[in-house]
Amino acid sequence: MVYPLQVLADLPVRLARHAQDRLADERMLRDRNEALRRENLVLNARLQQLLALESENMRLRDLLGSSFRIGERVLIAEILSVDLDPGRQQVIVNKGSSSGVFVGQPVLDANAVMGQVVRTNPLSSTVLLITDSEHALPVEVNRNGLRTIARGTGVGQDLELLHIPKNADIRVGDLLVTSGMGGRFPRGYPVARVIGVRHVPDDPFTVVTAQPTARLDRSREVLLVWTLSPELRGETLSDRTAASESSGPTGRVGVAP
Amino acid sequence: MSEAPSRGTWMVLLTLVAALFLTILPLPAAAEDLRPQWVALTLIFWALALPDRVGVFWAFGTGLVLDVATGTLLGHHALGLSVVVYVAVELHARVRIFPLWQQALLIWLLLVLERLLALWVLGATGQPMPSLAYWWSPFVGLFLWPWLAVVLRDLARRAGTV
Repeated sequence: MVYPLQVLADLPVRLARHAQDRLADERMLRDRNEALRRENLVLNARLQQLLALESENMRLRDLLGSSFRIGERVLIAEILSVDLDPGRQQVIVNKGSSSGVFVGQPVLDANAVMGQVVRTNPLSSTVLLITDSEHALPVEVNRNGLRTIARGTGVGQDLELLHIPKNADIRVGDLLVTSGMGGRFPRGYPVARVIGVRHVPDDPFTVVTAQPTARLDRSREVLLVWTLSPELRGETLSDRTAASESSGPTGRVGVAP
Repeated sequence: MSEAPSRGTWMVLLTLVAALFLTILPLPAAAEDLRPQWVALTLIFWALALPDRVGVFWAFGTGLVLDVATGTLLGHHALGLSVVVYVAVELHARVRIFPLWQQALLIWLLLVLERLLALWVLGATGQPMPSLAYWWSPFVGLFLWPWLAVVLRDLARRAGTV
């Protein structure tokens, strides 16, 4: 119901952007073209390497006997410039359930994880960013595989890591990537970089803050990702335990002892 | 008005939609804290002008739409707006004969009340507390009220709502 209003509010910004593109002079366009071509070349070179690595990875995983699929479908969506409640970190994108977007779907930008879809309408959906105070996602330190949970602080653009023991090996500058433990985010996408490690004397845990690598407040386009096909999604750990509990012989419902 | 009680209701709806639009219109980050409570101001105006037609139910419904539009907890704004509009309807006979500046002061009180209730919801649901800049918008509303009241009154007269 409010979607037309939101589109209307987005219109001035869209028009300004359009006008800016129109007015860009030829030299600037040529420069940008040149830069993009160079970047494309570099990325293509890296992609070749990546393909080789990916197939090698698949072979090794086959040897280990673990099932792991790469191959994802993505959809590019645009963020509507609509001001939402300043206390929550969320954005509205212009793709909704009519494009197959579902609740819980991971949202990325070109650099890293941005958040997940929390509400879908036919033509738009709301994305909760990882910096919202009600968002937590399982991550691991890329350097040594230390698993933890990154929670948004809701104020500013920082994340905090929960329950890091005093003797944990974590340093400023460590890259955090998704660990895929929750079954929601695909594994191995960059999330944030550690910017502060503090030891507070009366706190049993280390206070670690991190800064998202995604440009949460600047990107205009986002990627909606389908990582697992529905039958594979049914095989995540939480679903499996839920299924075995509900179909258990005792038919036990409620809290496990 | 008595012979056609629904005359000009479209004007109330139109101004409320405009207020919603102004609420979600993107602003530069510096001006964001100064955004007045458009919907609350508009609802208070209509509650004072048409106390027998615009009341708590209007406020509640508009509040729900505002919640959906800004992505807050459903009922977050609806609660505050209902209370504020209730007070406005109760006081309408007195407030209408106040001079504009005195009206503005009372409106400021109502706007602060709305913010307080919203803050209370934030606290009750465990969301982070906003900074002190949260309290700027009632002051903007205070200065905006005389102009808004004149413009809305003119619109209402032309549409035949009042």
